[in-house]
Amino acid sequence: MSRIEIDLDKCSGCGMCSRSCPYQAFEIQDKKARWIEDRCTLCGACLTSCRFEALSGEMPVREVPDFSDYRDVWVFVEQHDGRFHRSGLELLGCARTLADDLGQRVAAVVLGNNVGETARQLIEHGADRCIVVENSALGYYQTCTYAHVLAKLIGKYKPNILLLAATHLGRDLAPRLARRVGLGLTADCTRLSIDPDEKILQQTRPAFGGNIMATIVTRFSRPQTATVRPGIMKALDPDPARTGDLIAEQVDMAECREFTKVLECVMHKDRPVDLTAAKIIVAGGRPVCSDRGIGVLRDFADAVGGEIACTRVVVEEGFLPPERQVGQTGRTVRPEVYFACGISGAIQHKAGMDGSRYVIAINKDRDAPIFEMADYAIVGDLFEILPALTRAVKGE
Amino acid sequence: MDIVVLVKQVPNTTEVRIDPKTGNLIREGVESIINPEDRHALEAALQIRDNTGGKVTVLSMGPPQAIDGICEALAMGADRGILLSDRIFAGADTWATSTTLGRAIRKIEQFDLVLAGRQAVDGDTAQIGPQVAEYLGIPQLTYVQKLEVREGAVIAERALEDGCEHIEAPTPVLVTVLSSLNEPRYPTVAGLIDSTRPRAPIEIWNGADLGVKAYEVGLAGSLTQVVKTFTPKGARNTQYLEGSPAAVAAQLIDALRKKEIRLGE
Repeated sequence: MSRIEIDLDKCSGCGMCSRSCPYQAFEIQDKKARWIEDRCTLCGACLTSCRFEALSGEMPVREVPDFSDYRDVWVFVEQHDGRFHRSGLELLGCARTLADDLGQRVAAVVLGNNVGETARQLIEHGADRCIVVENSALGYYQTCTYAHVLAKLIGKYKPNILLLAATHLGRDLAPRLARRVGLGLTADCTRLSIDPDEKILQQTRPAFGGNIMATIVTRFSRPQTATVRPGIMKALDPDPARTGDLIAEQVDMAECREFTKVLECVMHKDRPVDLTAAKIIVAGGRPVCSDRGIGVLRDFADAVGGEIACTRVVVEEGFLPPERQVGQTGRTVRPEVYFACGISGAIQHKAGMDGSRYVIAINKDRDAPIFEMADYAIVGDLFEILPALTRAVKGE
Repeated sequence: MDIVVLVKQVPNTTEVRIDPKTGNLIREGVESIINPEDRHALEAALQIRDNTGGKVTVLSMGPPQAIDGICEALAMGADRGILLSDRIFAGADTWATSTTLGRAIRKIEQFDLVLAGRQAVDGDTAQIGPQVAEYLGIPQLTYVQKLEVREGAVIAERALEDGCEHIEAPTPVLVTVLSSLNEPRYPTVAGLIDSTRPRAPIEIWNGADLGVKAYEVGLAGSLTQVVKTFTPKGARNTQYLEGSPAAVAAQLIDALRKKEIRLGE
């Protein structure tokens, strides 16, 4: 524990130290300075203040701990009723690359009840091993129960990297777990890579509504933990020839404290569209905010076999439901083709569609930023262009 | 019911622009606002207090000017404001921030409910709520779109991607809310004037007041570090298609089919 020492022979009681201290951690008594430990935050502001060199103290120096016994890249794979969430498969694809760069293994981690042999799918999607914890308490997600189990697994296996999808579940669980285990955590990453020199995880994410990107590293804790936006990473095609270990793990639930009680779970009757799985997306901006606008969009989407999507304003105006919104506050999509119709191309929208393979922009405004992010640009009125495209696709 | 509301002063990100020459954020002239979802958290707190009694304390960490947000919260009806402001808090990641906020809430002592927005628009991490809850050892309910207060418990409706769930948790509990929860009231002019008076119920706490050390908080206490920031750049060669709508359509469909894109086949 660091402390501030005062050489009373040198101290003149001038009070400079007291004036330099933001916390009133010095008082002058009988013409000598006195250090009040309780008020001191060890910020070090006082050390250069004394003209008589009466003050000394060594501030704590931060060292990077030795983490050489932490190995492997873990992916927490969400499952509901024995079905794996697509985001988990995407993360396995990403984890595969990271693990290969490090010369380490990929482990999929699944919590649930009655998961069984279905976990083999995860090996086909890139995992070298699959750690499955089955317990009746894990059938339905509850924050503290899941955090308890994952914390125990981390303690036992010491993984180097832990990835979770930035779904509602992942964003509820990851910070709870990180605080419990003492982990740095980066949210909503859109790119992950290994630093070639330091061999640590570089976690890149958007900030300020997608206006800037930040690359973040976790030097002071393991596993290096991040949540990743669904729809960004690419899942590997399943390879039935891949082999790996299925590990059934038991976790002691005696110390698990769950506070909450799930009273009811209501699922939407119509399964909402999953834009992240769409190959072709036809998206509209403000000009489609009319029944006619949505109709034109839908006609073309039907003709090409695509899904319709939109910017935030279209949702706010009530013309399409939130699950069809693309952008920073909506979905992130990476279709084969993205048609941006009457979309100006605000950075918040770009954040959600930049990973598309081909982008086609249709806009009346020649200066719209969307054209800079398009492969094909059409300057024109979508109410003329889209019907023409619909006819062209149908061969009329 | 005594309630602590976590509020953050954020730049109005819908107004943030990039300098096209330097690629840097233009912060000048961008106003600071109370993070939009935090405003909904405050509204929820005020409604609960108005129904059940108790006290609403707003808690914020930030530079001295973040006091503006606290003044606004008082003008909306909060009873007490606390600003955590100290140079050693600067540069904190969510680990260090949750340490600082957690210490402050412990110092407040008396609370049944901690409310916050789901996430702040400048960082979008949604991590502070759960991390503060874990620090305090209390349950968390995130993505809450409806909230009902009972004796010694709350019942919340949490939004899921494809539905919702109803969860009961005992108090004290931390709840993060979505904007669909309510419609926040406006601050009153009289309240705004009162909030700037010397006797306004606002306290400013520094590191020593919280009993933290400099190495536990701020950049020094963070487990993650930002090593690089950059402006996202598009890297596409844009090809402009010209002619009548029919001609443009034919060119485009032809070009896509040449790239083996299956259109409606």
